[in-house]
Amino acid sequence: MEEDGCLNSFLTPVCYYIMMREPWKEKTIRLLLLGAAMTAIVIVALIFVFLGKESLPIVHDSNASSLLGTRWNPVSFERPVYGMIPLIVGSVLVTLLATLVAVPFGVIGAVYIAEVAKPAEREFFKPFIELLAGIPSVVIGFFGLVVLSPIVKSLFHLQSGQSAFTGALLLALMSIPTIITISEDAIRSVPASYKEASLSLGASPLQTLWRVTVPAALSGIIAAVMLGIGRVIGETMAVMMVTGNAAIITASPFESVRTMTATIAAEMGEVAYGSPHYRALFCVGIVLLLATFALNTIALRVMKKYRMGT
Amino acid sequence: MKKIRLISALLIGSVMVLSCATGSMAAGKMIQIKGSDTMVNLMSNLAEAYMQAHKDIHIAVTGGGSGTGIAALLNGTTDICASSRALKKEEETQAATKKLTPVSTIIGLDGIAVMVNKSNPLSELTLEQLKNIYTGVYTRWSDVGGPDQPILALSRESNSGTYVYFQEHVLEKKDYSPKVRLMTSTAAITKSVTDDLWSIGYGGVAYAEHANVKTIHVKKNMDAPAIAPTEAAVHDGSYPISRPLFLFTNGEPTGEVKAFMDFCHSPDGQKIVTETGYITVTP
Repeated sequence: MEEDGCLNSFLTPVCYYIMMREPWKEKTIRLLLLGAAMTAIVIVALIFVFLGKESLPIVHDSNASSLLGTRWNPVSFERPVYGMIPLIVGSVLVTLLATLVAVPFGVIGAVYIAEVAKPAEREFFKPFIELLAGIPSVVIGFFGLVVLSPIVKSLFHLQSGQSAFTGALLLALMSIPTIITISEDAIRSVPASYKEASLSLGASPLQTLWRVTVPAALSGIIAAVMLGIGRVIGETMAVMMVTGNAAIITASPFESVRTMTATIAAEMGEVAYGSPHYRALFCVGIVLLLATFALNTIALRVMKKYRMGT
Repeated sequence: MKKIRLISALLIGSVMVLSCATGSMAAGKMIQIKGSDTMVNLMSNLAEAYMQAHKDIHIAVTGGGSGTGIAALLNGTTDICASSRALKKEEETQAATKKLTPVSTIIGLDGIAVMVNKSNPLSELTLEQLKNIYTGVYTRWSDVGGPDQPILALSRESNSGTYVYFQEHVLEKKDYSPKVRLMTSTAAITKSVTDDLWSIGYGGVAYAEHANVKTIHVKKNMDAPAIAPTEAAVHDGSYPISRPLFLFTNGEPTGEVKAFMDFCHSPDGQKIVTETGYITVTP
């Protein structure tokens, strides 16, 4: 009761103010609210401007051409080079592997929770999935370093468990909650009439599920996967702890890789302000931002299409 | 509800009073030390001992890395910078443009141990062999007289002072092979060396002592004796891989800062250097 009173006593003067004064005051408040809503857009724009401002001066450096090279070796007494290709390859490899692992688990899990599970089961699963989404990445990384990495090592008879594959497994773990939650929403919002029609035509529940419900929700599921990938590509700490961070170009899942995020996190702390190395790290940041931006845009497009009823 | 408000008001009030109190204390005699993560433990131990003896002095120690500390020194946000490396060329020019003259003093030495797995039969390597392992010339243990197994070379990240020191003094300024794995901490290196049979890594002597790894005896060249990184060997320079731990100030230290730095060089201070796992400079 008292809380209500407290809230009212806080709001009443505001309402009074709005109602009793000239309309321009109302406009001011409207503008303030608009400003608050715009904050996110402004911040994203500012981040793009800032990244550009910090990275572009690298064109004045004699090593700028090395940005497209195949060797990342920023600390060198001979000639530092800032080839981003190994970092991009590293990020792409880890992301692809993580997607390959996460999509089957995520989508099948979502199908089960949305269509097959009893309400009580759903109530049991959902909190755990949400909990998984909330585990700090450094904790997952520690788990990967101490538990998962030795398992991967002995399972595949590797020289070291610190590989792209181990990183991908951790990332899959982190993206599965995103994929499940959004796919489940998509599957559940398939109109009941679709299923009823299918069942009344004599299809079994399983046939209905895989041939009607899932295809109808497919664009939503694709959007879920895209958002999951967006989370994977931007993840830093867990990957940095288990991938070994050697900047080599490889397609083998059992080699060490160095991702873009790990590079920025590991090197930004010690880099001399305004040096070519500093600029190069911001260039890596731009590539990363563009990648996540593209993924999110695709996901939003697909989702919009889906909401309109495909 | 009212009770909660009262309590929170009291809390806020007391925090404000406390911060004012510490603020006025700081205004009196406060020394800021920033820099090397390697030296954070050492500097806090020294600061604690000094504050015990001088109740009116307050010393704040922060890590962040040698580079961060040097940047803070040049920006005037710290009194002393702890650094495990000398100034880079860029930093010297920055200091010159700001008309600052950083003065350095060495308070201890950090021996860098080369570690391999306990099951590795090898027990000694020359500096030349280490260089060839880390630059990627040697890729199998048989190249250095061991069994025919691949070498998994581990290093610190390039932001580490140890990485740069090792590159300058062991790799003789050559580049690391891109296949060398970069670990975020010395703890991660010792963990990998403990787990992975054919790996090799490096790190501070104090770390190697506590880890379940084998410390390699290093030879300056083929004919020189193999030396273990013992305290005496680092102190007299017969162990070849050790780096100085610096304290930097802007200009010659004066007043309280000088008193603290003198304490670091005193026998009491040097005893703390030894206790923290580093090697003393003064006899």
